[in-house]
Amino acid sequence: MAASYLPPEPVSSTTIASAFDEADLVAKAKAGDADAFTDLINQYERRVFRMAKQITQNDEDAEDVLQETFLKAYSHLDGFQGNSKFYTWLVRIAVNEALMKLRKRRSDKTVPLDEPIDTGEDVVAREVAVWEDNPEQRYSREEMADILNEAVQSLKPAYRTVFVLRDIEEMSIEETAEALGLSISAVKSRLLRARLQLREKLTRQFKRKGDDALGYL
Amino acid sequence: MTLLVTCKRFLHELNDYLDGLLEPKLKEELHKHVNECPNCWVICDTTQKTLTVYKGMEAQPVPADIQSRLMEAVRRKIADKCGRSSGTCKGEHAEPSGHEHEAK
Repeated sequence: MAASYLPPEPVSSTTIASAFDEADLVAKAKAGDADAFTDLINQYERRVFRMAKQITQNDEDAEDVLQETFLKAYSHLDGFQGNSKFYTWLVRIAVNEALMKLRKRRSDKTVPLDEPIDTGEDVVAREVAVWEDNPEQRYSREEMADILNEAVQSLKPAYRTVFVLRDIEEMSIEETAEALGLSISAVKSRLLRARLQLREKLTRQFKRKGDDALGYL
Repeated sequence: MTLLVTCKRFLHELNDYLDGLLEPKLKEELHKHVNECPNCWVICDTTQKTLTVYKGMEAQPVPADIQSRLMEAVRRKIADKCGRSSGTCKGEHAEPSGHEHEAK
């Protein structure tokens, strides 16, 4: 048997660097300070753009989502009451913009997040093999990014969106549910499937060569 | 039979196990199982590694041309908002307040 498995530390929500005072910038931006709003853009544009690309899987759509997110945020800034983090509010705008793009590209016009979802009774893991050590060191950053993006791209939008918010953007289960308008149990159910599907895909890529399924034992 | 049931249960509880959200008793029960069951050990280990590699992804800078177009669009929006509020550009005089949910 391999070394005893230690339960990991709880996955925490994204923390904001202490030097960045989001509430102060939001207050200034609401008071008409354009520089403060620019600072908010600079703080979050990378993550909003990444999220938009992950959900839409399309560069043009991602750019549109990026622009629309910050333009709408600016237009509706006065209505932001501070009941949630500004970033969570921004994500909610971005997710809606991204989902609208997805709907427009789908010929059947169905809503990706409304797709029927499994009930949780058929969760299985087919690919059971240990990974090679430190796969991230075997690939260049670009190669690794391509592998990870391709795996995420293969998920259904309903699973992909939950995974992107929870495990890439590191939002909490509650924040993810709030941003997507889903119940906690729906988020958890979709997240489990997303994680297991990605695990299987990455296992095919990263499994230790030459071993049989459990050859390390 | 007992092992199969426990494996199935372990799989269903995997998220909360990895996210540290379980009651101590259940956590201990699953912890015991994962250290006795080779399949679940591998699944748990590789799922944790899956999360780790994704969390290690850095958000790359927005391409310069896209960022330039974004800032230009925002500048136009700000100028428009300031213009419609008699040049004062104070938040309280800007365009009618939206509700947080209206922004979606």
